[in-house]
Amino acid sequence: MLIINCPWCGARPEIEFRYGGEAHIARPADPSALSDQEWADFLYNRTNPKGRHAERWRHIHGCGRYFNAVRDTVSDFFVATYKAGEPRPDIAGETK
Amino acid sequence: MQKFSGFELFRRALGGHKGWQPQWRTPEPKAEYDVIIVGAGGHGLACAYYLAKEHGITNVAVIERGWLGGGNTGRNTTIVRSNYLFDESAALYEHAVKLWEGLSADLNYNVMYSARGVLMLAHNHHDEISFKRHVHSNNLNGVDNEWLTAEQCKEFCPPLNISSMRYPIIGGALQRRGGTARHDAVAWGFARAADARGVDIIQNCEVTGIRRGPDGAVQGVETSKGFIGAKKIGVSAAGHSSVVMAMAGVRMPLESFPLQALVSEPVKPAFPTVVMSNTIHAYISQSDKGEMVIGAGTDAYTSYSQRGALHITTHTLDAICELVPQFRRLRMLRNWGGIVDVTPDRSPIIAKTPVPGLYVNCGWGTGGFKATPGSGNVFAHTIARDEPHPINAPFTLERFRDGFLIDEAAAAAVAH
Repeated sequence: MLIINCPWCGARPEIEFRYGGEAHIARPADPSALSDQEWADFLYNRTNPKGRHAERWRHIHGCGRYFNAVRDTVSDFFVATYKAGEPRPDIAGETK
Repeated sequence: MQKFSGFELFRRALGGHKGWQPQWRTPEPKAEYDVIIVGAGGHGLACAYYLAKEHGITNVAVIERGWLGGGNTGRNTTIVRSNYLFDESAALYEHAVKLWEGLSADLNYNVMYSARGVLMLAHNHHDEISFKRHVHSNNLNGVDNEWLTAEQCKEFCPPLNISSMRYPIIGGALQRRGGTARHDAVAWGFARAADARGVDIIQNCEVTGIRRGPDGAVQGVETSKGFIGAKKIGVSAAGHSSVVMAMAGVRMPLESFPLQALVSEPVKPAFPTVVMSNTIHAYISQSDKGEMVIGAGTDAYTSYSQRGALHITTHTLDAICELVPQFRRLRMLRNWGGIVDVTPDRSPIIAKTPVPGLYVNCGWGTGGFKATPGSGNVFAHTIARDEPHPINAPFTLERFRDGFLIDEAAAAAVAH
């Protein structure tokens, strides 16, 4: 089980959280202006990287708030967690 | 290829079994092939086999990062069934079941397909009406599936506890032609038969890039053993499909999740069929070695780590112990994870891509093993003819753009 560091509550076990998928996918401001392909990209296409992944989590059995995390999908190591609305931290370094 | 038969076994026995040859070669890659398949799992090897057998394309390489059959082909719970709700899915999986039924003879390799039945249990009213809808839909599509009462479930599978549990069993849907097959033998059988027709299986060779020409079409793959040319490339890389497709600049509607399974210590024959329960999340069958093979759910988060959290397996074992109380004393021998690539509608993609010469077979999610021969068969057709077989024509990449989802996730028959 993962230990996840909620930016508001601190480190808690994974079962307190709900996974929210890839982060930083903003809903288009004017959906009707999009082509079908652009809309499909927003709805369905995902980066699904092998390595650093920016993703959303929700502390559903704690503060209830969404936040973002950068996790290495090879090791499941959490590189950072940060509050929603903050930019993705630019963290250099090898995957581990 | 040495043909396997009772006579051959007897003849080799007289020679002290010293005359058996390796079942496939270990070739060095040629400079160029007609078709390259990325990924030597069941689906990729089946595709290579049918390319050679049905389309006469034998100048084929199957390139594998690890060893053949070492990914999800060797990690699944070996269940075969075709009782899917929608016409498109039923046609695809039924195509596979029909191939399963003759596969051992076709490959001259015992894949141990055992039609012992797949029983899907209903625990509430929603399950009941959903499964009955599946039964009717399946029967209209020529797929066998029948409704059993709780007592009939108990009669068909005596170890089941149908009453003294939190969510008692109120019935079940039984597909008698469903069952299991030996997963390793499927990979080995396809590898041997493909190799015998001239296919090169290149193991321990990682694809690191896909080279495209000025017109955008593929020219070949960069690998850890150097560049290998091909005008057609079929990607059959399961959990790593997003990674391989990104090498050609294609973003996929896929997310990769860990899916865990576990087996018990081997015991005498005690469980006659495959039982699945979506509602309390358990599925179980007994292998011919005697182990109880148990499938757990996917973890919540995307990962390539090939392992998952213990609370996921615990949840499944709780359900197993309630469903089959006599298994409470079984010890678990080992557990493992595989990485499954899941699409938004939980149906696979077997299709051409926007890149000329690049084909993809992915998105099988938590249930690809059952489709292995059918998937390879229609993927081979798609690559050879540069157009889909009627069976896989609906399973395009463009269905997500055009809104023609095959929404088996909403159909809620399968244990996700």
